[in-house]
Amino acid sequence: MSWTLFLLLVKASGLTVAISAIAIVIGLTLGMVVSAGMLSPNLLLSMPSRVFVSFFRGVPLLVQLLLIYNLLPLLGLNVPSVVAAVAGLSLCTAAYQAENLRGGFLSVPRGVVEAADMAGFRPFQLFWRIRVPIAFKLTLPALVSEAIMILKSSSLVSVVGVVELTRMAQDLASSTYKPLDLYAAAGGLYLAINWLMAGLGRLLERRLRWGRA
Amino acid sequence: MIAAVSVTGLVKRFGQAEVLRGIDLEVPAGRVTCLIGPSGSGKSTLLRCLAFLEEATEGAILIGGEPLGFAVTPDGRRTRLPSGRIRAVRSQIGMVFQHFNLWPHMTALGNVSEALKTVRRLGRSEADDRAMAQLRKVGLQNRANLYPSQLSGGQQQRVAIARALALEPKIMLFDEPTSSLDPELTGEVLNVMRALAADGMTMVVVSHEIGFAASVGHQIAFLDHGQLLLRGTPQEVFRKPRHARLDQFLDTYLDRGAAMLL
Repeated sequence: MSWTLFLLLVKASGLTVAISAIAIVIGLTLGMVVSAGMLSPNLLLSMPSRVFVSFFRGVPLLVQLLLIYNLLPLLGLNVPSVVAAVAGLSLCTAAYQAENLRGGFLSVPRGVVEAADMAGFRPFQLFWRIRVPIAFKLTLPALVSEAIMILKSSSLVSVVGVVELTRMAQDLASSTYKPLDLYAAAGGLYLAINWLMAGLGRLLERRLRWGRA
Repeated sequence: MIAAVSVTGLVKRFGQAEVLRGIDLEVPAGRVTCLIGPSGSGKSTLLRCLAFLEEATEGAILIGGEPLGFAVTPDGRRTRLPSGRIRAVRSQIGMVFQHFNLWPHMTALGNVSEALKTVRRLGRSEADDRAMAQLRKVGLQNRANLYPSQLSGGQQQRVAIARALALEPKIMLFDEPTSSLDPELTGEVLNVMRALAADGMTMVVVSHEIGFAASVGHQIAFLDHGQLLLRGTPQEVFRKPRHARLDQFLDTYLDRGAAMLL
């Protein structure tokens, strides 16, 4: 396989990384809010959160992407397909991250929360300063795992016309008649990206030891 | 003079179980009040009610004359106060827990300065300066950058005390502050509490440290089965002949070799 082809793949994987990174950040943030919503005693908060999770976990991502892509114009939103792709990935991963984080939030010791209550934290401050950091650390391995999953799932956004790594490999394969080379290279690139991501996750885990050996 | 804390007719039920059965208690300002009693007597529940970590089923609590949690209307009904009012009254109270409850993701300094920053909205350097001063008070200025997991139990509890003091409370509540410590570590925590008492802090202490209660307490309240059986100065309460139930309770301490304290 020529360098030109490989460089085209590398460039396309840039888009894969960009889309995934945005989806991971939005998904994590939204996941924290949805997760807190699920745990709220207030039905007006917990019901919508649970519906959100069961929908975005229950419907295949491919179908979600096609739905969002075709729904947005009906709502009068003429956005580029890459926005639809990011939206679809973010919502889907948010549902999974919310479930991952739920266990973490449930494991935040009650006394730690009471101490924050006594110090006068408002619920919002208590959530972001105390609950989130502890729940995040407790669930970090699962969160990283889901981030890797969504990066791989980003190959599905080709159905809404975004030319990311998988789609680029497909296009080049059909024009060069070298499918095996191209898909092997694409697979290698995914592997390398996820390797890096897992490494980042381990680095983060080490930083979040909070003094434990 | 208005009592620092005034409790009237406090009842707390958990389902069927009645844990507090009508407690009346006045906590004078600048004095140390020790709550003692066998486990299950309701002393910790009473203290948690004073912090509004438990909501009493009946009765009223006044902190410096202000109602805590509930306002009692003239016809005797209780209405829950808005959360802003609750926070305002609560801000006069500092709480120290049996299990320290430090925030594990923050250093000692972070634990003490956090609320100064997020709640009191102080700038970073001012908050850190004040936090450092509190750590110095409890003798931990050279442990400021360690995480709770790197500190001994006694050191963690002293950080927890510094954390509460940083918010300049008028009243300090201690819920069995030495019960989860190794015996050789209780001394350093009790010394900090002694110094605090000598400074004139209003304190309510739930403790099994009868010696501490007898020597530092100005007022002893003995609870049993959710009722306040005895209340008075240590001399009045511990003087012989003692109340039969208190005698029975203290015997368990004598059994454990604490006879010289009494």
